[in-house]
Amino acid sequence: MSLLEIDGLNLRHGLLEAVREFTLSVAEGETVALVGANGAGKTTLLRAIAGAHRPSAGTISFDGADVTRMPAYRRVRMGIALVPEGRRLFPALTVEENLLVAAQRRRPGGWNVETVIEAFPMLARLRGRRAATLSGGEQQAAAIGRALITNPRLLLLDEVSLGLAPLAVEDVYRSLATVIAEGATVVLVEQDLTRAVAVADRVVCMLEGRIVLEGAAGELTRERITEAYFGLRRNQAVDA
Amino acid sequence: MSAQPLPAVTGPTTIRRWTRLSGGFTSGFGLLVVALIFVPVALGANTVQDLTTLLTYVLMGVMWNALAGYGGLVSVGQQAYIGLGAYATIWLADHSVNPYLAMLFATLFCGVVAIPLSFLMLRFRGAQFAIGTWVVAEALAIWVSLDNALGAGTGTSLSQLDTYAPTSREHYTFWLTLAFTAFFIGALFVLLRSRLGSSLQAIRDDEDAAASVGVRVVAGKRILFLLAAAGAGAAGAMTLANTLFIEPTSIFSVNYTAFMIFIVLVGGLGTFEGPIIGAIVLYEMQSLLGNDGVWYLVALGGAAMAFALFLPRGIWGTLEERTGLRFMPLGYRVGRAKSAAAPEEP
Amino acid sequence: MTWVNDVIQGIMLGGFYGMLACGLALMFGLMRIINLAHGDIAVLGAYLIYVVLEHWNTSPFLAILPVLPVMLLLGYFLQRLLLERSLRSGLLVPLLTTFGLSIVIQNLLEQGFSPDVRSLGAQAGSVATTSWQITSQLSIPAIGALTLGVAIVIFGGLQLFLSKTHSGRQMRATAQDPDTAELVGINSRAVYARATAIAVAIAAIGGMFLAIRSDFYPYSGPTYLIFAFEAVVIGGLGGSLWATLLGGIVLGVAQTIGGQINPEYPVLAGHIVFLLVLLSPRGGLVNLRRVTA
Repeated sequence: MSLLEIDGLNLRHGLLEAVREFTLSVAEGETVALVGANGAGKTTLLRAIAGAHRPSAGTISFDGADVTRMPAYRRVRMGIALVPEGRRLFPALTVEENLLVAAQRRRPGGWNVETVIEAFPMLARLRGRRAATLSGGEQQAAAIGRALITNPRLLLLDEVSLGLAPLAVEDVYRSLATVIAEGATVVLVEQDLTRAVAVADRVVCMLEGRIVLEGAAGELTRERITEAYFGLRRNQAVDA
Repeated sequence: MSAQPLPAVTGPTTIRRWTRLSGGFTSGFGLLVVALIFVPVALGANTVQDLTTLLTYVLMGVMWNALAGYGGLVSVGQQAYIGLGAYATIWLADHSVNPYLAMLFATLFCGVVAIPLSFLMLRFRGAQFAIGTWVVAEALAIWVSLDNALGAGTGTSLSQLDTYAPTSREHYTFWLTLAFTAFFIGALFVLLRSRLGSSLQAIRDDEDAAASVGVRVVAGKRILFLLAAAGAGAAGAMTLANTLFIEPTSIFSVNYTAFMIFIVLVGGLGTFEGPIIGAIVLYEMQSLLGNDGVWYLVALGGAAMAFALFLPRGIWGTLEERTGLRFMPLGYRVGRAKSAAAPEEP
Repeated sequence: MTWVNDVIQGIMLGGFYGMLACGLALMFGLMRIINLAHGDIAVLGAYLIYVVLEHWNTSPFLAILPVLPVMLLLGYFLQRLLLERSLRSGLLVPLLTTFGLSIVIQNLLEQGFSPDVRSLGAQAGSVATTSWQITSQLSIPAIGALTLGVAIVIFGGLQLFLSKTHSGRQMRATAQDPDTAELVGINSRAVYARATAIAVAIAAIGGMFLAIRSDFYPYSGPTYLIFAFEAVVIGGLGGSLWATLLGGIVLGVAQTIGGQINPEYPVLAGHIVFLLVLLSPRGGLVNLRRVTA
């Protein structure tokens, strides 16, 4: 039973078509990695799933319900949470306030301020610090925690390794592995192909707004992904 | 959204500035100005006065749009120059300058006064600029009202115009208003077609990015600021000529800004033709409802709210958006070379 | 020693201006809306109190109690029905909307209440007229002290609301990043509506003091609007609420001292001080660093 169904989605930035005829199903408990060069439409797609970007055509269904026109804040209560590109913590709010503000209308579940801090121990001593003063890695941890605290059924992660030192990335993916192990459904955008393939069940490669390659992580070779990534064999049929 | 995605243009391209439509319209506009010259001869006194008022509105609207629509500077204080233009005219006339010549000099004076003011005000954007300009206008109003030579708080009149017969006075006033309006519209047009026009577009889109590629942001804004000040000054002088009596609270009133906001937003912010349409709308509302006092103003306020809610881009702005038409040759058209049916992109 | 008296009077006047400016600052800080109808809304509040007093012979301080929920609702619907749509079209359109609203309020008030000048000072009782004589040159009017006190309570209360309550936290988050606020479950439209409701209710309290301290008539709004704006801008647009109160106080002191120099000058003195503060290097009293994450 698919938790997320996207059908024929078209997304525009002004007059530019960022995503075209995008169709994808994500089953509950699955982890899907979205890869592709900059400008391929990945961030726009995640934002559309989360409700921050209105489609010009196509539908998005979540848990059987059509959410295409549903505003973002209501999707959070249905169980979709996005960790935005660039973290986007509320800069003048403290870490704790960032968590509290997202926790206010959270769904029932195990995540609350205390358990989030347990999962990201580095946040413990940063509770009272204003978010703008945190380092990149600390902000990333806080941003993921802020998404988790809503007890989402679908977690969307946009470039969580961007701008982070390798050790910080390690930490982030370690925490992510725990979340995934507990059965969360995850769609993540990741520039680092190795990590993407390592953490995901399925890999989807996008180019200029379309899917050019899709398959189980274990079955796709690096060469095929790289070719699709750069569009080296554009005329080849898309693999299902 | 009504616009279609951009098609790709491949092969050799041409850049055109004029199309048949814009060429036709611009010449039509020129002909209209020429035709208007004959109005005082052809039409009665009341019409002449009314048209003078209408032209004054057009001038105010076009100038406010120059600042806000093209320069991104929302001024709540243009009435400073309206009042300054009027009072400078009186001062000059009191010092034996021919009243109509005084109006000309008063206009120049406003432009000159705006130079130091521009150095003060252009440091700001947004709310600080808006409120700053308003306070300058208020301060000027108070300062003038403390000056007994200028009639202080009770007001004063341009009595020197009494030397003209009423009909001649109305005609001369109309012609001067027409000349001023045509001049300032023409000046703005020329400015927008020059390199300044592109710079202003860049500034409107992203000021910091424009500065980083060498666009002289403050210089561009300053030209608009000075032009708008002179234009408002001319409107003030013309208002004085048309109404003969002024007093500080009304000639420096923030209601003028309210009218300008109405004219520009109803007509279409940032469009060239918009303020002209907006001025006509305001004028029509005044003629139709002006005698109903309070209800006229309620209708005006209600119309403003209705436009803000349903037609935020104004009449002309919505028209342009829906049809992609451009009547004035202010843009660039990319077309395929050697092709009769060139694709037109705004 | 009269200078000390002037400064104290100016501070109390500043409390009044700060109160008037509070709602304006809230709406501007959160939504970047310049509410040109704010002064008229305060005057509307005064008229509503007047209506209550016609049916219930009591003091304005009690008459405002039924008026406050009305104003809260008014502000809520003002945002949802009128301003919300304008916000989508950029920052200039709300100017047109609030200008239209201002005209409509002024003229409907004239229709409903006639252009006569009124005052609620009489119904306020002894508070409006009592003064405490501290020294031979220093006297503190009760109404001035009360206005300042209420202003401090309002600002303090609002600050507490913003820092300690859920709703207040939501407001701060939405002010900093409305897009991300939606992504964490905040209904930004409801947040904006609550803020406008609060702003309008506070404006009504300002209107009450306006009506007690002096006369009012349907067109009184714009005079106070410009003072409120000056207070906000003097305070600096960096996002601190207390700065607005401080801005009001600076304005009040400037006007009072200017009035001492020449009775014709108080408002002009205020304008000059405003321009001086604006032109100073910091451009305002408090300019918090723009924080970005």
